Amino acid sequence: MRGDLALIATLINPGARVLDLGCGEGELLDHLQRDKRVNGYGLDRDAENIRTCVSKGVNVIEQDLDEGLDNFVDASFDMVVMTDALQAVKEPRELVRDMLRIGEECIVTFPNFAHWRCRAQLALKGVMPVSKQLPHSWFDTPNIHLCTFTDFEQLCAAESINIIQRRVVNANHQEKSFINWAPNFFGTYAFYRLGKSS
Amino acid sequence: MSSIQANSLGVIEPQLYRHAEAFLLQNGEQLHGYELVFETYGTLNAEKSNAILICHALSGHHHAAGFHALDDAKPGWWDACIGPGKCIDTDNFFVLSLNNLGGCHGSTGPNSIDPSTGEIFGPNFPNVVVKDWVASQAHLADHLGIQKFAAVIGGSLGGMQAMQWSIDFPERLYSAVLIASAAKLSAQNIAFNEIARQAITTDEDYCAGDYQQFDKNPEKGLMLARMVGHVTYLSEDGMKTKFDRDVKSGDFEQGANVEFQVESYLHYQGRAFTQYFDANTYLLMTRALDYFDPARAFDGNLTRALENTTAKFLVLSFSTDWRFSPERSQEIVDALIQARKNVASAIIESEHGHDSFLLPIERYTKVLSAFLQRSFAELENSAELLATKNEVDS
Repeated sequence: MRGDLALIATLINPGARVLDLGCGEGELLDHLQRDKRVNGYGLDRDAENIRTCVSKGVNVIEQDLDEGLDNFVDASFDMVVMTDALQAVKEPRELVRDMLRIGEECIVTFPNFAHWRCRAQLALKGVMPVSKQLPHSWFDTPNIHLCTFTDFEQLCAAESINIIQRRVVNANHQEKSFINWAPNFFGTYAFYRLGKSS
Repeated sequence: MSSIQANSLGVIEPQLYRHAEAFLLQNGEQLHGYELVFETYGTLNAEKSNAILICHALSGHHHAAGFHALDDAKPGWWDACIGPGKCIDTDNFFVLSLNNLGGCHGSTGPNSIDPSTGEIFGPNFPNVVVKDWVASQAHLADHLGIQKFAAVIGGSLGGMQAMQWSIDFPERLYSAVLIASAAKLSAQNIAFNEIARQAITTDEDYCAGDYQQFDKNPEKGLMLARMVGHVTYLSEDGMKTKFDRDVKSGDFEQGANVEFQVESYLHYQGRAFTQYFDANTYLLMTRALDYFDPARAFDGNLTRALENTTAKFLVLSFSTDWRFSPERSQEIVDALIQARKNVASAIIESEHGHDSFLLPIERYTKVLSAFLQRSFAELENSAELLATKNEVDS
């Protein structure tokens, strides 16, 4: 399983109700259904992803995250997960609010735009950063709301969102001690486990 | 010349099921037995666990696939999807398709003789609802020895039957496929049905429903009903692609007698319909559509209506279908999620409106095929597990 998904899987309790926003080929839910007997649903809008999920027996719903999550009732899930999609949605703040409305907790992962490689490209070459995590050129990128760890934490503070846990990893989804020395500089991806303000 | 192709089921012989006992309907009336005409495709396995039930829509019937004769111009109405190697694969599944009670293609309906009077039922045929159909289909399944369907599949009104199956007989189906359907009709949808009914009942040849006694047929009304229906089954874009403002006959220069292609098409479809469909059956089927609302018994709460279901659901809709829009399918999906049921959904891009569900659109057939193959594999696995367990036990 993809490294980031394996890490997320460890944060989900057996039998939990899980909603996966932008579930792709359903890798996380497929694993959680078999290993932890979760009651899971994934949202996606890609035809091929949906077919793959169906052939795996993953509960996939065709739904565009940019249309909102109004059809989901309050507090109907234990965990709402969104991996690597925050930067590509139209209204990330509203979506995070919605995730915590629907779920008891949520997990958000996204690439760090303040990683030193990004900073270097912008500072030294004067170009928009392109990397393995952000492979698109500025003119055709789906990533319209790129942010840094600091930016995201400021949003959480402004929204009174409780950051239960943060884990920062490198490009291979590994945790390294040097990263924690300056996460917003060395970290490639971050996992935020969020809860409602206490 | 025969149009039978390699992946066709070939010539199919319809069969008849005779239910001898009295059959109590939802409205309290009783039928003194009934007959259902049906067809089957593929082979029922020894465990009788690979059966799929196809539920037909408003104007459908038992002849879903294959041909009745070698020189038939057209195969059954869903031949594009049912057959060896097709998305409802008869190499794996045994497919059962019937003409519903109240139909006009061989099952007991308004054209049958009422044994209590010795006369044709006509307008006196009792009102049947989706729940009655499902109950009668369950009797047919009993007759064939099918305890549990691998899947119950239906489009439009057929999807309503699949949903009713999941509610009434949760233990008798493994999965349910609801295509271009709804948990209840909207006011707009009922309105179109009422226009169709008015067209029929105000035709002077309708004779209060006793047209057969007077050797008449309300053709004008039935044709109009079908024309209205047809327009609502297509999308504006689809009609533009198919007909645009093309002229079939006449000349604008002469200023008169211009017949547009779309007019010609509707006239043809309407007229053809009067030759193979019965007016009283049309009234009955549209009422069954209007009355369907399984949530009604639960204060309008669909989630509660679906609470006891155990089937795995696949809910499909089409982007330009405005008669049974993707929003209606989403209501079903939302209720199933709230009820914590297994469900997958897809909204298929298509310009063909409600008619899309009858067409072999690539993405549609691929996702349906993936779902059924998955169900088939899961059923095979559980059968193997059971066999191993029995070996260990003995």
